Amino acid sequence: MKNIVAIVKMVPDLVEELEINEDGTDLDRDWLRLIINEFDNHAIEQAILLKEREGGEVTVIAPEAEGVEDMLFTTAAKGADRMIKLEGDFEDGVNNHALARAFAEKTKSYQPDLILTGVQANDDLDGSIGPLVAEYLGMPYVGYISGVTIEGEKALVKKEYPGGLIGEMEVTLPAVLGIQAGEEPPRYVAISKVRQMMKTSEIDEQEVPELDSSGGIAANRMYLPEAAERAEMIEGDEGEIAAKLVEIFKEVGAL
Amino acid sequence: MADTATVGFTTEFYNSLFDVADGEKLKTCLQCADCSGICPFGYLMDFPPGRMIAWMRAGILDEMLESDSVWMCVSCYACTEVCPKGIPLTPGLMTRAKEELLLAGNIPAELQSALEFSQRYGNPLGESPRKRAAWTEGLDFDIPIMRKAKRPVDVLWFVGDYASYHPRVQETTIAFAKLLNNLGIDFGILGPEENSDGDSQRLAGERGLFEMLAEKNGKAFGKYEFGEIITTDPHAYNAIKNEYPQLGIEYPVRHYTEFLAERIEDIKPLLKDNGEKKVTYHDPCYLGRANDIYDAPRALLEAIPGVEIVEMAHTKSTSLCCGGGGGGMWLDGFQWEKGEVRLSDWRVKEAVTAEAEVLAVACPYEPPRFEDSTKTIEGAEKITVRDILELLIEAIE
Amino acid sequence: MNQDVYVVIEHLQGTVADISYIMLTAARDLAQKTSGQVVGVLLGYNAENLASTLAADSVLYADHAALKEFSADAYQKTVASLIQEKEPRVLLFGNTSIGADVASVLSARLSLPLIGSCVQISDGKLISQICGGKIMAESELAETTTLITIIPGGYKAEEGQSENSPEVISFDAPALDDLRIMLKSYIEPEAGDVDISKEDFLISIGRGIQTEDNIELADELAEMLGGTVCASRPIVDQGWLPTSRMVGKSGQTVKPKLYLALGISGAPEHVEGMAGSEMIVAINMDPNAPIFDIATYGVEFDFFDLIDPLLEQVEEAAEG
Repeated sequence: MKNIVAIVKMVPDLVEELEINEDGTDLDRDWLRLIINEFDNHAIEQAILLKEREGGEVTVIAPEAEGVEDMLFTTAAKGADRMIKLEGDFEDGVNNHALARAFAEKTKSYQPDLILTGVQANDDLDGSIGPLVAEYLGMPYVGYISGVTIEGEKALVKKEYPGGLIGEMEVTLPAVLGIQAGEEPPRYVAISKVRQMMKTSEIDEQEVPELDSSGGIAANRMYLPEAAERAEMIEGDEGEIAAKLVEIFKEVGAL
Repeated sequence: MADTATVGFTTEFYNSLFDVADGEKLKTCLQCADCSGICPFGYLMDFPPGRMIAWMRAGILDEMLESDSVWMCVSCYACTEVCPKGIPLTPGLMTRAKEELLLAGNIPAELQSALEFSQRYGNPLGESPRKRAAWTEGLDFDIPIMRKAKRPVDVLWFVGDYASYHPRVQETTIAFAKLLNNLGIDFGILGPEENSDGDSQRLAGERGLFEMLAEKNGKAFGKYEFGEIITTDPHAYNAIKNEYPQLGIEYPVRHYTEFLAERIEDIKPLLKDNGEKKVTYHDPCYLGRANDIYDAPRALLEAIPGVEIVEMAHTKSTSLCCGGGGGGMWLDGFQWEKGEVRLSDWRVKEAVTAEAEVLAVACPYEPPRFEDSTKTIEGAEKITVRDILELLIEAIE
Repeated sequence: MNQDVYVVIEHLQGTVADISYIMLTAARDLAQKTSGQVVGVLLGYNAENLASTLAADSVLYADHAALKEFSADAYQKTVASLIQEKEPRVLLFGNTSIGADVASVLSARLSLPLIGSCVQISDGKLISQICGGKIMAESELAETTTLITIIPGGYKAEEGQSENSPEVISFDAPALDDLRIMLKSYIEPEAGDVDISKEDFLISIGRGIQTEDNIELADELAEMLGGTVCASRPIVDQGWLPTSRMVGKSGQTVKPKLYLALGISGAPEHVEGMAGSEMIVAINMDPNAPIFDIATYGVEFDFFDLIDPLLEQVEEAAEG
């Protein structure tokens, strides 16, 4: 295993309230707080684990976004060897088809044996990035992965199906894997290590001249769901609530 | 682990300890075991403080990197208080040990979340920073938020994480707001510009995170004009008083007990007699042992008509930690699995023995922790847990 | 291009997956607008019988040894050749471990537009759900063949089932040698534990439970109610409960009489697995938690303050 590339993006942090922009066509990005896509974070962990087991180098590529530098330095503190930030017209939001084309183009030069990315992201509207990147690079793609073992020219991966069923798949390399969960939860890295990375290493900024978003359809409108059929809220202090819950339990036959 | 990595660890680690203030005193350890003995969780640690020093001297502390028992330490300062040689065990040894473990990636998952939240959201609870002043909504008077108020204030009130977000602790916060309002104090808060003071994160081994949070707070302080900082949080008090100055952030700061004790003559006339009650006061570690404030809180309690103060067996400098400090607030699950005992339970048992009706506290970690214990400890069902501020407001309203 | 809506049927170990029926129901809505037929696309090996319960106007079936088990490679090639031959108006795929592996690849390979995470068809418009269910997006079909991935939540699986076996028309799979992805074996989920999909009363725990030892509170409650504890994914990922207890997209789908959700936010991946429950009661401190949108009863309260009085009263009621 020589070269592993992790493809990562920042997505809306759902801790905050999300708002729609004025013409109702997209998220209001002015106040959006971004966080690394949780599944991409798992992908990074899996990449580092593979590097620790098999050797090789890990390159992390991410498009420009608020907070992306901190995120990249954190991956470096965890063990990534190279950090790439793509610069381009990403500010007003960009669909996955455009991102995937950009990623595919930039990834080529690293001759990856394996590309890891999160199986999905919360802001995916035109499918997820992994399979698109795979096809643009002519590589096979397997998604919903929770375990990866390298066996020479192939990877043996654990693919998750519903009901807890797992399919062990053999994939020829180079390949793209959509990670559902790393074999270990994403590790913690002390802030002092991240700050040290900020002083000693550099992010490679690469320009993406043009974005081609064909293949994704722009939504006509975006809106907040109506809380139409909201739950009937039970009010009161703990005693009163408990009493009402007991009634409900009796109603369904649990008591 | 590679041999070369660990062989150096003990020596490097030991030597680095001398850089901490008074760290050289480590060399004078008598191995009397007072520290390990008085540590509330010492019996559950593979490496209580005394043993850590012994093994370092023998050059074989590498194993500590693999043991997770250092996370039982709640930074309560009991060991430091009692050490006959004055070795700074808590800030020097235990915190440094946690720093090393953290760097090596040996960290319980709960603590990891709290640290990651602190970094992302400026509070360990993972709450939205924009909602940090949400507790002020619904009060029938305005609380100036510095960014909007745009004027100097006499007092900048540093509210703190749990005081801002935790529903139980918000009650204490609101009590203080009302008191300040009643006393006509000119105060303001930072609101969303306030970040966690970072002290507990520092003691949990995240020096880098502490510095980052301190810098953010320092920036916010620097934007505004105020006479002094007061806080209802002993951990914030400790940070701003004792740690921030080393980072170039220096402001006069007092804990609310000192601030109010100074104004006791203004407060007394407002207090009504609501009947007699036996009140015991729990000295918080970071107000008491760490900063020697024992009398001001008691003065406030004595001022309330009808209050009879009863002391628990452990009191003032021997006070028993509630278990929340040094990261303990975020290690409950971990510590429970190790020992199946909660420090807050011990303390509440003492309150029962002292025949107290009210357990008075002065630190935001305490109300939720002690209240949980009153629900499970026999004889404690009738004990109410109240911050001194809540008792004062109850006597006013 | 014809006006038909093709549904790529998902099946695993001899059973048609619920998502296939959900897609067929959605397809019916869409086909009315396009004035076309609902056509199931079934790929397999000696699997023609799986077509019998599909509520489709017809089923196109490709039989090939390489299609015996799901392989994204094989499915991509087969569906691609079908698209090139028939040019359907729309293709629906599940946003699942099967469909999601195929749809996006085809979008890139054939340069066809893709709309993802679609939960409902509304008056010919496609309604997608993103950002953990907090944002809805409305799109329209493109002028060319459009690919859509479907997530559950908008339709009931039962409506996509039929007793009138549709007409099955065979079509040839293309050459399927040199597949780059092959199934080696299945790993079955851990047996010997409870089958939560058969339980009447489920107490489900999410991140709000905070620590592993708090699970005993849920256990106590479950015991008193004659129920079982299950969980959302984060709990299982931590190793606090086995995979057999997981409810959601990667876990079990459950339809109990009572689903008590404790500290569960209600992210779509979880809701997929329990939205069919008869009665849902959600306890969560966050008033904006999406779980309250699907729950029958909601309690905005700190579970830890509630649990003791609740256990007390439940105990009393159980004895009385």
